[in-house]
Amino acid sequence: MDGLFDFIVSKYNYWGYVVLMMIGMYAMIVKKNLVKKIIGMNIFQTAIILFYVSIGAKRDATLPIIAHGHGDAHHAVHAVDYMNPLPHVLMLTAIVVAVATLGVALALTIKIYKQYNTLEEDEINARLRGR
Amino acid sequence: MRIFGLLTVLLCGGLLIYHTADFPAWGDPASPASTHLSPYYIEHSIDDTMVPNLVTAVLADYRSYDTMFETVVVFAAGIACFFLLRAAKSKTPESMLYRHIPTGITLRIEKGSKTPPDSADFERIDSVWVPYDLIIKITCRLLVPFIQLFALYVVAHGHHSPGGGFQGGVIFGAALILFALTHNLSNSLKRINEKTSALFAASGVLVYAGTGILCLLLGANFLDYSALAPLLGGDPKMAHSHGILIVEIGVAIAVMAVMVWIYYNLASRGRHDEGL
Repeated sequence: MDGLFDFIVSKYNYWGYVVLMMIGMYAMIVKKNLVKKIIGMNIFQTAIILFYVSIGAKRDATLPIIAHGHGDAHHAVHAVDYMNPLPHVLMLTAIVVAVATLGVALALTIKIYKQYNTLEEDEINARLRGR
Repeated sequence: MRIFGLLTVLLCGGLLIYHTADFPAWGDPASPASTHLSPYYIEHSIDDTMVPNLVTAVLADYRSYDTMFETVVVFAAGIACFFLLRAAKSKTPESMLYRHIPTGITLRIEKGSKTPPDSADFERIDSVWVPYDLIIKITCRLLVPFIQLFALYVVAHGHHSPGGGFQGGVIFGAALILFALTHNLSNSLKRINEKTSALFAASGVLVYAGTGILCLLLGANFLDYSALAPLLGGDPKMAHSHGILIVEIGVAIAVMAVMVWIYYNLASRGRHDEGL
């Protein structure tokens, strides 16, 4: 029982991200409305971002800013005392790029709405086949 | 279709959850991600770059190629929105709404009629009629300068505290978008027009890439800031710190301008006459 509890405590964060990712993927596959698909894509991205950030976490470590790092006199830096900065860097840029791609996706939906007067995928498909 | 999609999602999620058993435990200091490259970054970056914030040091120095092309991606997104949405010719609308500010009366000007004089008493408002809301306007006018100041702080203090070019740029862009939301889009276009935002977006990328080329011309590798030491003064380590600041400013300018530019195009559907 103790082993199972340890297993759950050490893994439950991943399960949360997988569930978030499943929600996003379901929205992207099943939902007919293009805006809902974009929302699904963003939920998916959030799951990936949370996954990466949780990889960077370290027990008994603080955030990756060297304490008393001003000036020349700083203490010896040990890697176990600071979290892994690399996932933070990757996700920092990923968030901004996600916002930018969201802008492009919304621009495309506006364009589609101008053309077809609808955002429902099946109606757009019917219109395309009818031509 | 719905069942098929649900099955795909459940299969995919089930496989992932099954394989999380092989993942390192949460917060494990000996996990693969924390044992190969990151100890080098943590232990050496302050000696290499004099920047206490490791995220900034890794972002703009060790991985500066990556960050440069992320900035290019943001710039490309702004360009893409422009080309997708921007209407080449803005046709004059059927009717325009003007508000006489001292009395609060709204005037509808039909197409071809005479428009009110361009004075402080009249302002053009959006055709989806918005009430004159003094509280929102004044509050946001008071807030915007402080948000902008905070954005500059986040950019400039990114070496010593959480912050940097991307975050500061987004905050600055958010301040300008807040202004455009509470006042009219045309009002904010008067302050930062499309040409300025496009120019800022391009110049931000230019600052970043130009710093790299400058290093190249001074005889070092692309984006190796230690070559800037003769120009900036100080030893090569401090030059790394200053070089990071320069490229962060470039990133901030590019991100700020692109956010505003995308907002202009999305809010007015590329017509740039009236926004949300």
